[in-house]
Amino acid sequence: MIEQTPWFVLSCSILATFFWRALGVAVASRIDPNGPIFQWFSCVAYAMLAGLITRILLLPVGTLEQTSTVDRVAAMIIGFAVFIIFKRNVVAATVTAFLVFLTLAALRQASVF
Amino acid sequence: MIDLKPASSDSEPPVKNGKAFISGLIAALTMPFWMVFASMTGFGSMVRTAGLNLDIGIGSTIGIWGLPGQVAMLELFAIGAPLLAIITASSMANLRFMPMSVVMMPMFRGDRRAHRWRYVMGQVMSINIWTVAMSRCPEMPLMERFPFYMGVSLACMTGGVLGVTAGFVLAGTMPLYVTLSLVFLNPAYFVFVFSSVRARNCIIAVIIGAITGPLIHQIAPNWGVPITGLVAGTAAFFLDRLIRRRGND
Repeated sequence: MIEQTPWFVLSCSILATFFWRALGVAVASRIDPNGPIFQWFSCVAYAMLAGLITRILLLPVGTLEQTSTVDRVAAMIIGFAVFIIFKRNVVAATVTAFLVFLTLAALRQASVF
Repeated sequence: MIDLKPASSDSEPPVKNGKAFISGLIAALTMPFWMVFASMTGFGSMVRTAGLNLDIGIGSTIGIWGLPGQVAMLELFAIGAPLLAIITASSMANLRFMPMSVVMMPMFRGDRRAHRWRYVMGQVMSINIWTVAMSRCPEMPLMERFPFYMGVSLACMTGGVLGVTAGFVLAGTMPLYVTLSLVFLNPAYFVFVFSSVRARNCIIAVIIGAITGPLIHQIAPNWGVPITGLVAGTAAFFLDRLIRRRGND
């Protein structure tokens, strides 16, 4: 039985993560960036990331699990309104969503509602 | 001047490496640096709560360099899960790096430095760095992309290390709502980043992925992200081709 020191476990996890990175790099050099396979990879990458982000916001695991779904969704809706009003300004939308969420979370912690 | 270029006899015209590197640092400081910093503060306090030391927090931030995989490793290690389960879960949680690097690396094709450093580039890539590279590099001269990318990456990794350290040191002293809001910041940012993509196939992929992601997660929590990518990505790919074909008629 191998002793599971934190650094040993971490080293294994780093290598296991690097496997995907290296595989991607190796595949990238054998692929035509104008061809359909590249287009497909592009769709897969964007779909994966979009799916991950909505999953984190709607069905969080870990730290965000302690927050209210109503707060998260409300902050995103108001942020999105700013995003559209300010002509797709990512910074303004992000800061707004953050501040709305911060306010709601603070009020909740103070038992205002 | 900062010159990342290793000694070589490349005969390309002189490139403003330092300038491109610094514009990478600046690009990171406008948003991504702070996003990484904020989300890693959450991870830093998790490390402390799990009873681990800061060196593991920093090591996993630099080494794994992808929050879902870091969280998976930490949570499973804390409950004493078997080694294989920890490695599988943390690796699966970061499987997205595979298609991400496939899509990103061809932008650097033709730059011999980028070719030489390609596995380093793959290691330092994160979702924050990837989105900056994907939106900024195509408009840039080829030879400026590599130093720009390295600038963004260095700034973001610094942000990650500072964030995990701050979170570890401040764990328990910050009000809970502040910690929660900091963790909320980065996913919120990505919603707007991905709402800004321009290519039609990417827009379709983002929409289908965003809708199906949480649904597929409920069916297969551990494999949700890769399955979403395959299913929604493939659907988007064919839908895009269908629309293109219709448009040509």
